[in-house]
Amino acid sequence: MSWIPQIIFAVILFLGIAYFTRNIRKIVRNIKLGKKIDRTDNPGERWKHMTRIALGQQKMVVRPVAGLMHIIVYVGFIIINIEVLEIIIDGLFGTHRIFAPLGSVYDFLIGSFEILALLVIVAVTVFWLRRNTLKLSRFWYPEMKGWPKKDADYILYFELVLMVLFLTMNGADYQLQQMGADHYVQAGAFPVSQFLAPLFDGLTEGALVIIERTAWWLHIVGILIFLNYLYYSKHLHILLAFPNTWFANLKPMGQFNNLESVTKEVKLMMDPDADPFAAPDPAEDEGEPEKFGASDVMDLNQVQLLNAYTCTECGRCTNECPASQTGKKLSPRKIMMDTRDRLEEVGKNIDSNNGEFVGDGKQLLGDYITAEELWACTSCNACVQACPVSINPLSIIMDMRRYLVMEQSAAPAELNNMMSNVENNGAPWPFNQMDRLNWKND
Amino acid sequence: MSETITVPTMAEMAAQGKSPEVLFWVGCAGSFDDRAKKITKAFVKILNKAGVDFAVLGTEESCTGDPAKRAGNEFLFQMQAVTNIEVLNAYEIKKIVTACPHCFNTIKNEYPQLGGEYEVVHHTQLLTSLLEEGRLQIEGGKFKGKRITFHDPCYLGRANNVYEAPRELIRKLDAELVEMKNCRKKGLCCGAGGAQMFKESEPGNQEVNIKRTEQALETQPDVIAAGCPFCNTMMTDGVKNKEKEGAIEVLDVAELIANAEDL
Repeated sequence: MSWIPQIIFAVILFLGIAYFTRNIRKIVRNIKLGKKIDRTDNPGERWKHMTRIALGQQKMVVRPVAGLMHIIVYVGFIIINIEVLEIIIDGLFGTHRIFAPLGSVYDFLIGSFEILALLVIVAVTVFWLRRNTLKLSRFWYPEMKGWPKKDADYILYFELVLMVLFLTMNGADYQLQQMGADHYVQAGAFPVSQFLAPLFDGLTEGALVIIERTAWWLHIVGILIFLNYLYYSKHLHILLAFPNTWFANLKPMGQFNNLESVTKEVKLMMDPDADPFAAPDPAEDEGEPEKFGASDVMDLNQVQLLNAYTCTECGRCTNECPASQTGKKLSPRKIMMDTRDRLEEVGKNIDSNNGEFVGDGKQLLGDYITAEELWACTSCNACVQACPVSINPLSIIMDMRRYLVMEQSAAPAELNNMMSNVENNGAPWPFNQMDRLNWKND
Repeated sequence: MSETITVPTMAEMAAQGKSPEVLFWVGCAGSFDDRAKKITKAFVKILNKAGVDFAVLGTEESCTGDPAKRAGNEFLFQMQAVTNIEVLNAYEIKKIVTACPHCFNTIKNEYPQLGGEYEVVHHTQLLTSLLEEGRLQIEGGKFKGKRITFHDPCYLGRANNVYEAPRELIRKLDAELVEMKNCRKKGLCCGAGGAQMFKESEPGNQEVNIKRTEQALETQPDVIAAGCPFCNTMMTDGVKNKEKEGAIEVLDVAELIANAEDL
């Protein structure tokens, strides 16, 4: 009967990974609802960008306190995952501390995991205090009410509990090793959990085994639950930050894309040889004319949708946004959260309609993002610069402005005046183009 | 100020079969806005003094389309762009200088795809290279020892990574360059970008230019330096709002240099 725990372990592991895979596939499918965009140019530069920004956390440390704490949690989780590998092997094969024969290397590894675990506990506590006691303003904007606020706290609790379980498991293990208990090989260094000894004082070997086993099981099951929690959470950034930085815009931030569909029409209008009454060339007939700009998530491109899933709601963008700082309704973070929430809504609609999207009378523009928010933007790129994982809220704002102006003629009246001036006299003000050199003689 | 400025047009140059070293793209603000016209003239005076062989398009110049594009009107933008590119290409323009970061960004980044490929520099970049080549000398003059803070235009700084050229010029004036708490990559917008210049701002609790002016005032400057006609307007309004126009000047970097030399 000794293999029963192994079977249970294998089943739990399989279910955990299978469910996670299913949800990741859903995310990929949803992202593919967006328009194709070629962001595979210059792969060398892209790998460098990803290494610097995602792996190297270069932009996190722009804010030193949060940056340092974040690096601790990040490094902690990556390195402690080596321990998870051992736990998985042990769980599947019924072994205990399978890497123990590594000897002093093993001692070093376990020792560093423990120190990191302690540092993670400290960092997570600091994070919690920043959110809930210091109440840093960026965590308390209107878009953070409800689930986003809870989500952020749950992640911190999860991490805290996982680290406590890890140290409890080691602490009990260490006691058992010292008792010379069966199955508990003498291995590892326990610079942190050895101080838990008073907690285990006077416990029998049996009780210690129960504590050790319970902590071991809760720890690995907790990790699998956390893995599956990612999909429902802003915490997805721990995975998506990597592709998101790889596919980032590497061009100057001031360069906005030129719509090709518009270029085609403009060239035609400017071509003196074009026959405006010519029948459309059937070879060029591409069906329905392309919509200008974006009113819903399907009009955005795939990188913009990946951006939305990657956003971890840190609010650095909104913090730097001049519109947001002066009390306007615009929050670049909300633009990203709205895009993700709408995309999730569309995804669920597809799930419940046999893989087909059935119009729900809603769209990103209006139902999630209002025109007032879009018109508050100064296009200053502060949000793009601030994002630690290369998200571009500005490109979504611009695409939605394009829809408002080119599909709905819904620009603010003053902007319509400006545009008719540009159209009629080649300047945003009502001056005659023929007076353009008058300054010379003023 | 002396009024002896020489401003050849491309049409005149072409008629003489000449082509200038650089085209000065004046921009709409530089051509029509009373405040910005002074910047244009200051820059021309420096060009004249340094003997730079330049020309302007004059009445053949038209809006780059930047405000239309940022407002979402891609059609109007591309119509403007294609028209301008036709003119520029007809004159076989190779290099363009402009004192407006919006024109600079648009021509540099958004025209190439539409057939307009030029070397585009901001006027502060051209001035620094004139210095390096020894064609221009700057002496502190009246700004010596003055506290000057530089407001980074979004479309010059973050948008195109030009942070140092204007600062180098200010340092050359023997002035004390003081930085605002938000500068360079973290520079705060003046509030005019993205076509905001041409509309009332959305409801809020403060105007962006007032916030930025407050940051500038914290540095206790004698001069707020700008590198963009729109930023200049916004900061000038902000300083007036704070009733500091008697004590603090808002000047373009080109004006600083021209004024220092009493051009």
